[in-house]
Amino acid sequence: METATRRILTSEGLDGLLAALKRRGYRTVGPTVRDQAIVYDDIGSIADLPGGWTDEQDGGHYRLVRRGDAALFGYAVGPHSWKKFLHPPTLRLWRAARDGDAVQVVAEAPPEQPFAFIGVRGCELRAIEIQDRVLLAGQHADTPYRERRRGAFIVAVNCAKAGGTCFCTSMNAGPKAAAGFDLALTELADRPGGVFVVEIGSEAGRLMLADLPQRAATEGEIAAAEGVVERTAAAMGRAMRSDDVRELLLRNLDHPRWDAVAERCLTCGNCTMVCPTCFCTSVEESSDLAGGETGRSRRWDSCFTMDFSYIHGGAVRASARSRYRQWMTHKLATWFDQFGSSGCVGCGRCITWCPVGIDITEEVRAIRDSEQR
Amino acid sequence: MAAEKPRPRLAVWKFASCDGCQLSLLDCEDELLAVADAVDIAYFQEATRGTISGRYDLSLVEGSITTAHDAERIQEVRRRSRKLVTIGACATAGGIQALRNFADVQEYASVVYARPDYIRTLATSTPIADHVPVDFALRGCPINKRQLVEVLAAFLVGRRPVTPPHGVCIECKLKGAVCVMVAHGTPCLGPVTHAGCGALCPSYDRGCYGCYGPKETPNALSLSAWLAALGMDERALQRVYRSFNADAEPFRKESERHGG
Ligand code: SF4
Ligand code: SF4
Ligand code: SF4
Repeated sequence: METATRRILTSEGLDGLLAALKRRGYRTVGPTVRDQAIVYDDIGSIADLPGGWTDEQDGGHYRLVRRGDAALFGYAVGPHSWKKFLHPPTLRLWRAARDGDAVQVVAEAPPEQPFAFIGVRGCELRAIEIQDRVLLAGQHADTPYRERRRGAFIVAVNCAKAGGTCFCTSMNAGPKAAAGFDLALTELADRPGGVFVVEIGSEAGRLMLADLPQRAATEGEIAAAEGVVERTAAAMGRAMRSDDVRELLLRNLDHPRWDAVAERCLTCGNCTMVCPTCFCTSVEESSDLAGGETGRSRRWDSCFTMDFSYIHGGAVRASARSRYRQWMTHKLATWFDQFGSSGCVGCGRCITWCPVGIDITEEVRAIRDSEQR
Repeated sequence: MAAEKPRPRLAVWKFASCDGCQLSLLDCEDELLAVADAVDIAYFQEATRGTISGRYDLSLVEGSITTAHDAERIQEVRRRSRKLVTIGACATAGGIQALRNFADVQEYASVVYARPDYIRTLATSTPIADHVPVDFALRGCPINKRQLVEVLAAFLVGRRPVTPPHGVCIECKLKGAVCVMVAHGTPCLGPVTHAGCGALCPSYDRGCYGCYGPKETPNALSLSAWLAALGMDERALQRVYRSFNADAEPFRKESERHGG
């Protein structure tokens, strides 16, 4: 029986997991509080986790607030996503230096340590799966992504609180961690001392858990964990009908709603930067003053910048309307044609972190409702 | 052995400005020797007693045009320069002194100076590009020294400098900075401001002041509506766009929409 494999870790056991991962050479990263938000960064122990914090989220609005208990994972996703580690924002690819008459090209070294991600949510697992498909499948796998993705140990967390902009249930991407993890935790925040129901997702996860102080979960604990996920699923802050959204958008490419949203859109690119599946980059060349060294690097780019669609003579997508439309139709429609799935996992980041609160679910709804009138 | 290639001649010119941008060049401690190796600094009043003579391969121009004499001098600088690059908000947009463009300069002078009759000044402060063709504009108040070195390095090999015209938001996101507007409710001009500073203020919990001027395709109208919702009144909205880049068109237009 699958449920028979559920185990229990206490907070102490979870701390032991972090220590064990470190001992085995992993770079442990996870949620932590910085600058009044929950970001992803290096963590050493559970003391670095945002214990007792939660968030309040809405369009263009995020605030950290106290929970009133000591839950370690009692919040939704923040401004960072795991792509900052797997597909870094800026990355040198290589540099070349003059060596007498020859030129020495040095490729950038891969990271020394494999990653251990602590607290990956259901929607984020789906986002990683999508980026795997984008960056690794096909003929031209992305080497830096492969080097970072390989050997990553993933500790998932089933969400105990839906954020104000979450709609993962609409996108079939959560709140339960479905696949792609080594261990998945459900925090039972109302039990004293910290109780985490653990599901084993891989052989590596089983081996890691075997060395930690743990016990079998009771029927009651297993039911309580399922209850946590059900309650979260029923509390989504947003919703979007997604079964026909590709067709809906593609037959409305000239809809007046694109003009309306373009009036509000700042073409700032924040939505694409925070989106866990957006993968676009620009390549930049550098050369030093002495003419002795050159280099090539890449950084995240966005379909909201002019340079992004610049070809000889100008930008193809000069208007805000065409840039917003590119973003939304890529996420929700043409992604299916290109990569066989939606490009949206319903994490809500683009809504929360849009400086003017533009809401992808509201935009879809406006177009849908106009057809029904 | 091949004869040593002559180094390109560099000049740094000053018009109406505070010298801060020129000083960014002297502030490049780590790179200064490399700069001095790569170019012949032929005219640079802040650093040496250069004299104007001959032609310059690259002229860096700081400051705006505020006097009739300067309006003539910039023509001479252009004539002597193969490439002319403006550095900073004064040279590129008229600077803070372009606030006079919104007011009566005679009245200003009578308030500020004991003997206003000694003052010979134009009614406006205008960017260099209003007077002569400019090959490249480096933004900032002051400019960022890393970007200045990039402009010099690019000039030396004849490539386009990498100084992206997108907004400050992208710099925040690249460095993982938390958005001060979304997470703290702090008004910020980042979404309409040209990148280049490395998101300096938001990294220190401040909103962006717009030192680098308008980004490509800024939508200040929409941002203002949001800033108003965050609690900025009409007067504050007018002032927020009226600083170092007050006369850059998108900021000027937006400021004129507010404050009555
Ligand atoms: S489009 Fe928005 S809600 Fe969907 S995955 Fe990206 S950031 Fe999350
Ligand atoms: S939405 Fe834009 S930035 Fe995101 S993957 Fe598509 S083209 Fe790239
Ligand atoms: S939708 Fe929002 S976050 Fe995205 S580019 Fe427009 S204003 Fe920026």
